[in-house]
Amino acid sequence: MLWLQSFSHAYPVLGGAYYLAGRAASDVKRRLAAQSAPAELARRVAIATYEVEMNICIHAISGEVLIVMEGERVDVVANDRGPGIPDVAQALTPGFSTAPEKARAMGFGAGLGFANMERCADEFRVSSQVGIGTKVEMAFLPRPDEGVKGASCAASGHH
Amino acid sequence: MQLADITRELDLTPCTGDGRAEREVTGGCVSDLLSYAMANARAGNVWVTIQVHPNIVGVAELLDLAAVIVAGGQTPEKATLDKAREQGVSILTTPETAFTVAGRLYALGVR
Repeated sequence: MLWLQSFSHAYPVLGGAYYLAGRAASDVKRRLAAQSAPAELARRVAIATYEVEMNICIHAISGEVLIVMEGERVDVVANDRGPGIPDVAQALTPGFSTAPEKARAMGFGAGLGFANMERCADEFRVSSQVGIGTKVEMAFLPRPDEGVKGASCAASGHH
Repeated sequence: MQLADITRELDLTPCTGDGRAEREVTGGCVSDLLSYAMANARAGNVWVTIQVHPNIVGVAELLDLAAVIVAGGQTPEKATLDKAREQGVSILTTPETAFTVAGRLYALGVR
């Protein structure tokens, strides 16, 4: 069974600093690998964290990504100071984007980011206040097919 | 198939990735959208793109890709190559289009 060492860290993300974004994702991936977490879980956390960092970078003035690991759970909570999202449901629609041309030219802002986060995370919530900022809360737990010891034992108990 | 075989067969120019030519290549992905590559490329894949900025290294590192093939005669930015060396990511270039690279990879058996 996966049991992560308690860890909590807030990573700052600066709006417009494209080349610097991704540090939280890289660090959390490394920490999960070091604790022999399932590769697929590490992949999901890394992708969703990278996407949320890029969202802050593309849309906000600044923000931070808080990573908390505890037991078998990883929480990724992003808070930014920025324009906020007037219609969250619309923003979550795959393909919808308000990203500037610069971000699009770099291959970001195609309206796939939230979809990636939602698919990767086991809990996913976006809340926003226009003119103040946006909060994205995600949680990740090992899924039954991700090869955690113990989970496979439970599965084999069916026969 | 190893990265070295692909490099030779497609006449790719290695820019970074010394010592990682024996990496086994498990498949491939073609996209210039980073979110699409993140959603679809798997560990050990090669990613064919015409993007040249440092974030392609971040994606390759996160996904544990075998290499990024920069197609279409594009030249990776210096910051991209510096980051790739630092993080141990293989970047190779080719004047061929992404379409041609994908076709030749597929013909070689990379699927």
